Amino acid sequence: MIDLASIWFLLIFVLLIGYAILDGFDLGVGILHLFARDDHERRIHMNSIGPVWDGNEVWLLTAGGALFAAFPPVYATVFSGFYIALMLLLTALIFRASSFEFRSKVDSPTWRRFWDYSFGLGSLVTALLLGVAFGNILRGIPIDADGNWAGSFIGLLNPFSLLVGVAGLVLLTMHGAAYLTLKTEGPLQDRTRKWIPRTWVLFVPLYIIATISSVFAAPHLFANVLGNPLFWIFTVLVLLSIIATPVLHKSGRDFATFLATSLTILSAMGLGAVGLYPCLAPSSIDLAHSLTIHNASSTERTLTAMLIIALIGVPIVLAYTACIYYIFRGKTQITEESY
Amino acid sequence: MDDPVLLSRIQFAITVGFHFLFPPISIGLAWVLVIIEGVAWRSRNPVFEEAGRFFAKLLALTFAVGVATGIVMEFQFGTNWAVYSKFVGDIFGAPLAAEALFAFFLESSFLGLYLFGRNRVGKGLHWFSIFLVAIGATISAFWILVANSWQQTPAGFILNETAGRAELTSFYDAVFNPSTLPRFFHTLCASLVAGAFFTIGVAAFILRRSADNQPARAAMRVGVIVGLVAAILTLAPTGHDHARQVARTQPAKLAAIEGLYETQSQAPLIAFGVVQEHPPELHAAVYVPIPGLLSWMVFGDFDAEVKGLDAFPPDEIPPLWLTFVSFHNMVILGSYFILIMFIAAIQLWRRKLFHSRWLLWVLAWSLPLPVVATQFGWVTAEVGRQPWIVYNLLRTADATSPTVTTGEIWFSIILFTAIYSLLLALYLFMLVRETSHGPQPVKAQEVAS
Repeated sequence: MIDLASIWFLLIFVLLIGYAILDGFDLGVGILHLFARDDHERRIHMNSIGPVWDGNEVWLLTAGGALFAAFPPVYATVFSGFYIALMLLLTALIFRASSFEFRSKVDSPTWRRFWDYSFGLGSLVTALLLGVAFGNILRGIPIDADGNWAGSFIGLLNPFSLLVGVAGLVLLTMHGAAYLTLKTEGPLQDRTRKWIPRTWVLFVPLYIIATISSVFAAPHLFANVLGNPLFWIFTVLVLLSIIATPVLHKSGRDFATFLATSLTILSAMGLGAVGLYPCLAPSSIDLAHSLTIHNASSTERTLTAMLIIALIGVPIVLAYTACIYYIFRGKTQITEESY
Repeated sequence: MDDPVLLSRIQFAITVGFHFLFPPISIGLAWVLVIIEGVAWRSRNPVFEEAGRFFAKLLALTFAVGVATGIVMEFQFGTNWAVYSKFVGDIFGAPLAAEALFAFFLESSFLGLYLFGRNRVGKGLHWFSIFLVAIGATISAFWILVANSWQQTPAGFILNETAGRAELTSFYDAVFNPSTLPRFFHTLCASLVAGAFFTIGVAAFILRRSADNQPARAAMRVGVIVGLVAAILTLAPTGHDHARQVARTQPAKLAAIEGLYETQSQAPLIAFGVVQEHPPELHAAVYVPIPGLLSWMVFGDFDAEVKGLDAFPPDEIPPLWLTFVSFHNMVILGSYFILIMFIAAIQLWRRKLFHSRWLLWVLAWSLPLPVVATQFGWVTAEVGRQPWIVYNLLRTADATSPTVTTGEIWFSIILFTAIYSLLLALYLFMLVRETSHGPQPVKAQEVAS
């Protein structure tokens, strides 16, 4: 069971979940940015993630690189298949990344509005597209017998995947609100706080509908999970964290609320991973054409070399990331260094 | 145009070419800032502190555009070059992942600390954060050059015909393939030149307006010293070593670079020439009047035989004109950098630089030239590798994504051309704006105290 390819399946998901939790609140803050009231509030938004958003985004790049190295056919088939969707995702990421540096440098309302929309819509589109992509992977994508993509861009916009996309979008908005509550104070914090119950009420029915639909849209996910303890652990965690979020929020325990939304992201994606294993990209044409850890992995030598790299690199990254979060703990202030 | 291979090559050239405008400046400027901030920290000199604060903003700007355009690179091997990705993934993916893990995290995390932590952390930790940004940027250059060098001189693998892929046999040999280190050192030195010229150019713009702006003077001093040393190192030993390595490992590229049509011993070195592809002929060439100079330069022996283009089948010869012209323009620019840095250093030493309006004008407008030179260098390296995407293993024509349509590639070409044009305009606008606001002049009593 614990072969190298399985370890890399796990590590890819660790990177993706790390990305979804860390850059997830950046994206959530970006979505909330669309509802901000004035310039000061918008600057607080951007500066609340100012020192960390770029490092958070590296999780996505690392996941992309690791997928390329560990499972090249998955990287090649999925990315060339999702061509138009990925180009749109990259556009959203470029505008979002640029908005930080450009926005506050020029004191013109039109200029700032443009970059506010770049940041807000860039975050919204990124969150939505990544969710839709995850939905498509769960549901299965059209891969033919030669391991090639046989679908279309429109085919990616199926109801199930869109549902997963919207649920993800709402979840990340809630997560962003939980983060922003930690970084704000006064009336802005009161307003931010209200987004948590607001999004929770939306998220719960979306999550239930998505789960029920997955039984019909992606039955392969449930083929052999019932005997898997991880399936039950994640199920319990996802239920617990969803129930805990409003309770913790109501009692004013902001950091615990943030941990709860993080746990929801972790366990929901974990459930997806458990269902997919050992598939990385199930084929919707015929499950026999799926790209799995058995037919799509790199050689043992490469996976070993990569594992050594990961074992050296990841602890170092986690250590200094934690230090930097510690240094920038507390409420966001606007200073001369700010965006 | 409906050739998907050509379209994908154009798409790649535009996206990587545009991206590659920024990293050399970031790498070089980060190291310049390590020196400036180091002096500021140890001597508590307010002039250097202000210079650091000012150039940090320009680093942030350059880095941001580099990051925004760099995200594309991590994905487009898969989107546009699916066959290539499957063929090389066992080897090529690891350096990309290592780059993200060892370099991108380090750069972006500590750039955040450097930019936002000026008043939050101690001076020592603040200096350490820009130092780690520079280290991260340099590690990034290393790993991406490992990946690219493996395309030039693949090593440490066997070809698995049934699986249709190259498989790793030695990670060490693949990483330290014959061209990795020569290309890394050459590119690193060129990046230092780019960062130094950026610093010098911005400082020159400010000094032309107010010759006594002390932070600009401080930056100019550091820039000229780094620029002079790096410009020399870019030519020799690193550029020279790289050329010798190309002669050994990629003789067809060397023949195209040097415009050598016939295999010969005592091969001459061309100073200027006009190359023609069909039929392959050299017109109006000016030779350096030392017989056998090329033989001596690449093999250390005036009589050594250098392979000409006639030694290779016609379908294994790189495009001549582009390779030849790019290489020679790079060399001309590189020589100019050494010359202008010598002049600037002498004038600096004679204490005349800050008032020499013509020299400041030349230095100001030389700001983008190292970036132009690195683009020429990159074109030489990549076009000179053609028709191979992995030298002698996989042809570029066989490496694209079979399921991506020409319409989709056109879509991304137009999309990225539009976005990148906008980004370039914004970058230049912000650069001019920041420069015209300039670093604050530091009052005399502050300097004294």
